[in-house]
Amino acid sequence: MSAVQQIDNDAETAAGRSVYVYEGPVRLWHWINALCILTLAVTGYLIASPLPTVAGEASANFLMGYIRFAHFSAAYVFAVAFLVRIYWAIAGNHHARQLFVLPVTDREWWRGLLHELRYYFFLARLPKKYLGHNPLAHFFMFLFVTVASVLMIFTGFALYGEGKGLGSWQDALFGWVIPFLGGSQATHSWHHLGMWGIVCFVIIHVYAAIREDILSRQSMISTMVSGYRMFRD
Amino acid sequence: MTETFYDLLRKQGITRRSFLKFCSLTATSLGLSSAGAAKIAHAMETKPRTPVIWLHGLECTCCSESFIRSAHPLAKDVVLSMLSLDYDDTLMAAAGHQAEAILTEIRQKYKGNYIVAVEGNPPLNEDGMYCIHGGRPFVEVLKETCADAKAVIAWGACASWGCVQAAKPNPTRATPVDKVISGKPIIKVPGCPPIAEVMTGVVTYMLTFDRIPELDRNGRPKMFYGQRIHDKCYRRPHFDAGQFVEAWDDDSARKGYCLYKMDCKGPTTYNACSTVRWNNGVSFPIQSGHGCIGCSEEGFWDKGGFYERVTDIKQFGVESNADKVGGTTAAVAGAAVAAHAAVSALKRAGAGKGTEKTEQGGK
Repeated sequence: MSAVQQIDNDAETAAGRSVYVYEGPVRLWHWINALCILTLAVTGYLIASPLPTVAGEASANFLMGYIRFAHFSAAYVFAVAFLVRIYWAIAGNHHARQLFVLPVTDREWWRGLLHELRYYFFLARLPKKYLGHNPLAHFFMFLFVTVASVLMIFTGFALYGEGKGLGSWQDALFGWVIPFLGGSQATHSWHHLGMWGIVCFVIIHVYAAIREDILSRQSMISTMVSGYRMFRD
Repeated sequence: MTETFYDLLRKQGITRRSFLKFCSLTATSLGLSSAGAAKIAHAMETKPRTPVIWLHGLECTCCSESFIRSAHPLAKDVVLSMLSLDYDDTLMAAAGHQAEAILTEIRQKYKGNYIVAVEGNPPLNEDGMYCIHGGRPFVEVLKETCADAKAVIAWGACASWGCVQAAKPNPTRATPVDKVISGKPIIKVPGCPPIAEVMTGVVTYMLTFDRIPELDRNGRPKMFYGQRIHDKCYRRPHFDAGQFVEAWDDDSARKGYCLYKMDCKGPTTYNACSTVRWNNGVSFPIQSGHGCIGCSEEGFWDKGGFYERVTDIKQFGVESNADKVGGTTAAVAGAAVAAHAAVSALKRAGAGKGTEKTEQGGK
């Protein structure tokens, strides 16, 4: 698989052409994932820094309980969706695989990454055309979607396993993470850091998607809805 | 030869009849068949009490202080009737060469059949000279004594994790027992100190069943360290309800709400405080209105302040943690995006006015 989809002078990417890039499961996963991340980040923040104290009897309130429930439910959806997404990387088209593989040995890919970086620093006037992700986006998506998801799923389920208790499958599968990272508190810290990393990525991702949609040579946002990438020039 | 349980019971005035009744009762409560009673009686008549050597390394003796205050079972019963505490340089009457001679004697006489309980840990720097035991570095004595032991109990945070003497920068290179001793089952009983009943409970279990208790993946007995303080805390309903103490003297503090926002470390600490409690079950830190400081967790001195639930990340300055670093980064990312968007817009406007050859002609 050539991860580099730079096809500047290909007839396929001529102006007005559109190519089917993202298959249904990929698009569905993207939006489910987005929703999960939103829920997880908000509820996760509220678990770490709870809302002001609620009045009344403890038996009449269950605020933290509901917030934690939302967090855990969204986490299950997030994890299952990630697993299905991995399956689709194998079963789907080669664009579906891009998220999981960094072509670090491909010199052309590095050149493309440098060019994209120059473009974002306003040093290069023209971005290149890509069917899939451009190398810069590819790099950050690999880091903050693939790697960060794995980090969050492992630390998250390890912490969840603490509540589920010794002998639960969460503990059996992920319990080793806690001593590995140096204890429960350190695992929490990594989980927090992962969240902030993903938040930063989301800010830049949303901005870049909108900006690319306006300024680049191919469609972005509509592609993640329809699956078709349209080329403008 | 060390006395058997039976000898000891007879000495305390218990008749053989009562002893046999006790054996049948125990067999019944353990769900054994009627033949079980005879087996128990036989074991108690013939099995010598397990000798225990209690060593002290770099420590503050808080573990011993805690141990002798045990109520269930009374430390007296553990020390006098259940185990044969043959050597404990803090508690024993003997001193000098006579005392040290016991160490050698037990090792030879009960090879592979005695338990070593270690309070504190050995420092390894300067060939272990920071802790001298009977004229020799403690680490040597420890290795020698543990070589023929059946099992090793690591008392307290010192022996289990290193505790304060191993806190950064650890000048004496104080090292937990399991990093020095290998090839022996090591039971970690962390805490600074561990709860008295937990200590005696572990010892009683080992002597009664003649095996070490089931351990978790960190080497701690599951029965006492299987759950976090938070999981069993009597203030947990207030956590789930979202009712928190926000300041030490506020109304919520008086009402006994959850201390999570006061950075109680109960949610990250494995210990039995919230069930067994302290001082004969009178109270424990959270019950008296103060958060847990996580004394039974690994490296609890190096995890930031006692009032910080999120660990400091020293690489980012003196007082910073994951949330501060992350929040700042997110703010910077947001500002950078805004700035980048502004420059992009300006560039585009400029390009539109300049040459007509602009390529980016989004509709």
